Amino acid sequence: MATTREIKRRIRSVKNIAQVTKAMEAVSASKMRRAQAQAQATRPYANKAMEVLSFLARIRNSYAADQPLLQQRDVKRVALLLITADRGLAGGLNSHMITAAARWIKGWEKEGKDVELVTIGKKGRDWMRKYGPPIRAEFVSLGDRPASGYLAASHRRKATAEVGPIARVLMDDFISERYDAVYVGFMKFINTVNQEPTVMQLLPIVPDESVPPDMAIDYIFEPDAETVLEQVLQSLLEIEILQALYEAIASEHSARMVAMRNATEAADELIGDLTLTYNKARQHAITMSLLDIAGAVAALE
Amino acid sequence: MSTIHLSLIAQDRIVYDDDVKMVILPGASGAIGVLAKHAPLMAVLQPGEILVRNDGEEDRYFSVGGGFAEVRPDEVVVLARSAESAEEIDIARAEEAMRRAQEYLGGPEKDRDMERRLAMESALRRSLTRMKVARKRAAVRSRSADHTPYRQAQQEEE
Repeated sequence: MATTREIKRRIRSVKNIAQVTKAMEAVSASKMRRAQAQAQATRPYANKAMEVLSFLARIRNSYAADQPLLQQRDVKRVALLLITADRGLAGGLNSHMITAAARWIKGWEKEGKDVELVTIGKKGRDWMRKYGPPIRAEFVSLGDRPASGYLAASHRRKATAEVGPIARVLMDDFISERYDAVYVGFMKFINTVNQEPTVMQLLPIVPDESVPPDMAIDYIFEPDAETVLEQVLQSLLEIEILQALYEAIASEHSARMVAMRNATEAADELIGDLTLTYNKARQHAITMSLLDIAGAVAALE
Repeated sequence: MSTIHLSLIAQDRIVYDDDVKMVILPGASGAIGVLAKHAPLMAVLQPGEILVRNDGEEDRYFSVGGGFAEVRPDEVVVLARSAESAEEIDIARAEEAMRRAQEYLGGPEKDRDMERRLAMESALRRSLTRMKVARKRAAVRSRSADHTPYRQAQQEEE
């Protein structure tokens, strides 16, 4: 049986750990609330934007044929924008995302497609550097409040980063035919205890097949098709990427909060067990010394 | 009476989501009026006002800070950079923003970079729109009794 001193030291160290995880839980909880509100507030906009994009992609007329972002080519080269967190200690969050991404990458490679990555976040980057396909570009430390140049100024005032450059890299490479398809992978925020790895096609924009093609024939553009399509496609794509980031940030803080809560609970339980062992050991020591004294007294008589 | 569904969505919230009889949008090359069964249309919007009309109701005004509108025969979707209804506009804040922008634009030439200047110009345009929309709302309220707020707004525009 371990000595009482050893057990005491362990109790102290576990108590320290519990204190740290408790503090991290509190920090994550407040970040989580903001991140969740952010992700949920912008969802209707992003969903509608997606709807509009897929509707536009259905248009098969002369302007659309010239629009580089609407080109459907034979897919030989694929880019995946992989969004992970910069930091760990968030339960299975990052490894779930990376596993899902690796599965998709394997699938593409099996079909004979070349894959390249653009990463956001250190965790995904570090893993992919070792085991994954080549990385075309990497972005880290975007903070909790990325924004887009297409947002109103009031949203951008406290922005920690801009998604513009990220969107630019992907769109330019798609237009220059370096890639024939661009996907984004992120942890979709479902609720505080549930996040889902999601991989979604960004480019070419997936057309909405439920729209009758004849409806799109006499589509009017104001002021003109070129301006409208260019502006709409670029800004709405940027919004889609931003939404993926918001979802990932909300997921990160939620997962970390839950992980830290579990860690605190486990530590508290361990402290209970250890205290019990400590008391037993103490009792044992006392009994032993009592026996010693009793034995000594008996020997004297 | 046939109606058309309007979704007016700002970046961070749904501002208006209901059936309407008519909506007028601030298109990049002029106002666009939309009724039910409108031809499919995709338009870039400039900062300006949106008017929503329903039978048996007062007209409603919204200010938008630019964006896009997509029109289908039964649906209008407005994706706005920012949007608020006339009732929500804080005139004092808009005036303050306008004053700041004017001060900057009227200030000394040397410490100006282009980007900031453009940002200030668009801020000025937005605050002017906000004030215009808010005043118009006030004018609708008091149309029968008093015309002054509306006239005032018109004079300021000139």
